Amino acid sequence: MSAVISAETTGLEAPPPRRRGIPGTAVLRQTHGLQRGILIVGLFMIMVFVLVAVLAPLIAPYGFNDDRAHGVIFGTQQAPSAAHWFGTTVGGQDVLARVMFGARTALEVIVLAVALSLLVGVPLGLVSGYIGGRLDRVLVLITDALYAFPSLLLAIVVSIMITGGRSTPLGGILAAAISITVVFVPQYFRVVRNAAVAVRHEPYVDSARITGATPTRIMFKHVLPNVSQTIPVLATLNASEAILTLAGLGFLGFGIEPSAAAEWGYDLKKALSDATNGIWWTGMFPGLAIVLVVLGVTLVGESLNDVLNPLLRTRGGGATTADEAEVAGLDPDGSLLDPEVAGLGADGKPLGPDGDGLDPGDAGPGAAEEPA
Amino acid sequence: MAVRILPRSPLLRYLAVRLALIIPTVLILVTVVFFFMRVVGDPITAALGGRLSPDQLAARRAAAGFDRPILNQYLEYLGRLLHGDFGTALTDRRQISEVLVTNGAATLELTVWALIVAFAVGVPLGRLAARHRDRLGDVSIRVFAILVYAAPVFFLGLLLKLLFSSTLGWLPASGRAAPAVALELQNVTPRTNIMIVDAILYGDTGNIVDVLRHAIMPALALGLLTAGVFIRLIRINLLETMRADYVMAARARGVSEAKVVRKHAFRNALVPIVTVMGMQIAMMLGGAILTETTFEWQGLGYMLTHYLLARDFVAVQGIVTAIAVVVAVTSFLIDIINALVDPRVRY
Repeated sequence: MSAVISAETTGLEAPPPRRRGIPGTAVLRQTHGLQRGILIVGLFMIMVFVLVAVLAPLIAPYGFNDDRAHGVIFGTQQAPSAAHWFGTTVGGQDVLARVMFGARTALEVIVLAVALSLLVGVPLGLVSGYIGGRLDRVLVLITDALYAFPSLLLAIVVSIMITGGRSTPLGGILAAAISITVVFVPQYFRVVRNAAVAVRHEPYVDSARITGATPTRIMFKHVLPNVSQTIPVLATLNASEAILTLAGLGFLGFGIEPSAAAEWGYDLKKALSDATNGIWWTGMFPGLAIVLVVLGVTLVGESLNDVLNPLLRTRGGGATTADEAEVAGLDPDGSLLDPEVAGLGADGKPLGPDGDGLDPGDAGPGAAEEPA
Repeated sequence: MAVRILPRSPLLRYLAVRLALIIPTVLILVTVVFFFMRVVGDPITAALGGRLSPDQLAARRAAAGFDRPILNQYLEYLGRLLHGDFGTALTDRRQISEVLVTNGAATLELTVWALIVAFAVGVPLGRLAARHRDRLGDVSIRVFAILVYAAPVFFLGLLLKLLFSSTLGWLPASGRAAPAVALELQNVTPRTNIMIVDAILYGDTGNIVDVLRHAIMPALALGLLTAGVFIRLIRINLLETMRADYVMAARARGVSEAKVVRKHAFRNALVPIVTVMGMQIAMMLGGAILTETTFEWQGLGYMLTHYLLARDFVAVQGIVTAIAVVVAVTSFLIDIINALVDPRVRY
């Protein structure tokens, strides 16, 4: 929420209001009924995921690579029991422990990947959109080409580049995160760049230029706050894609070394042959873990999308009519499942410069009613 | 100045510009893939290092030309690509172009089956959700759409295997055909490598049924993923067109609600699907890699995994490059279709 307020007010050259209370509660307060329920469910799922990830060494019954405790071997492919709630794998490890430590791996990779793509994609988009010219055209061409490429393949190629196809100390979590980063950078680049192009000639940018502000200052102080509304949504939706990409890499045997960390995708790959023999527990639990985390993150992302775009509020903010929303190029439906409103394509990826997505110039929060 | 050589008609000009844009797109992808894969070193050492002596490795490197400046190699690689020569796999000595044709047919078959599933599931469910907006039917269909998005294809595939193969025993767990059938189908001329076509050409009903039974689970796993996207699209677009003036006009004339949806709104709601199809192709090819590995479906994705694990980067590079070209060309074709179908497309 505070992002919306500050985005609107800095446009008027007023100091941004100070953030009060826990971040996120403001967003929560703006929701109603079903939407609030969905947001809470999503937040709860993420909270459980983060807690398990952080506390894994404390709450997991065994280490992720242990095949014995106190000198007693677990045995391979044991059905779920009191000693092993989720059973044991083909390698004789405890499935529950691997699922818990897998959460840790996933969290590390998500945080790294999203942070890295923000760090690279946002400044690149700002510079490209604000400065424009030949640099802009070349960057757009390159990122468009990368964007069109199947993201998993791109991640594989980058992963090869980093690790040389063999396991190195670097080859673990950082390599996976960088591989995923390369997939996401074009997305941030496109969103930020298109928004920057739209506000480049707004009066407040011109006036800043006249007063002699440096391009760097203009970009980060004047342009960035006005183009950043969609970034939280994109980052959230990307987080869910990061989990799927990480699992995909692991499933193809191209992720993190199994002895270095537990990874859900790798466990699912190992569980494939078990499934043919009717052993369900080795694959079911890591798979469910992926589904639940992606589900939680997606629910939060889509709720954020609705809330941070005041035009879409169906209840509470009655000032917006469908016509106004249509003028702004938005789907007036206000549907929970419509990512297109944040300048994102239907698959959660941002639309291209020629896509008919959100034009931040006229659909920013300033165009809507007062945020409550 | 460049405008002069372009056609007058805006549509033709749009198509010309779009066609011209394919070249840099493909070139960028080929370049990125080439240099990314070479940063780590030469493919011979990667694939055979440790198995051959340093002298042998050096000899192989020299024979393959990997010891020369990287720029020369890159330009030569581009030149060979222009002639359709993707090189030879290091590990099994197969021609990459032959891999692309043979295994590409399998991927094509899988993608088509999956698209059929996606349309068959996504379109009716999307319509249903739009008609019952915000009621139980709508909510459950939307939850279903999120769930199939949240589940990785290989997990969905694993669940399908557990249910239909190992528990119920109805469907074969993997492969494209039973070994005996696959052997028989090798004798079909002309052999297309598209199993269902080969089976029909062979003309034995038992074979056709066997091929179909093998296709069900992979098609479901990959198709449902796309169906989730279709549901959301159809629903949103249908809701939007249902508000359009011409729909209201039809209602005012007393046209029945079912007919309004079917005749007036639905067709217009399909237009954006075509647009998204372009993006879906890339997503489906990514999904196909995982689906093929899950069901041992010997397509490009399966071969890619195989070569990845063998660290045969010449083969990997060839397959990845080919997929990049396919993606660029398909998105061009989709753009053309879109420009022809939708008069609102801006050139």
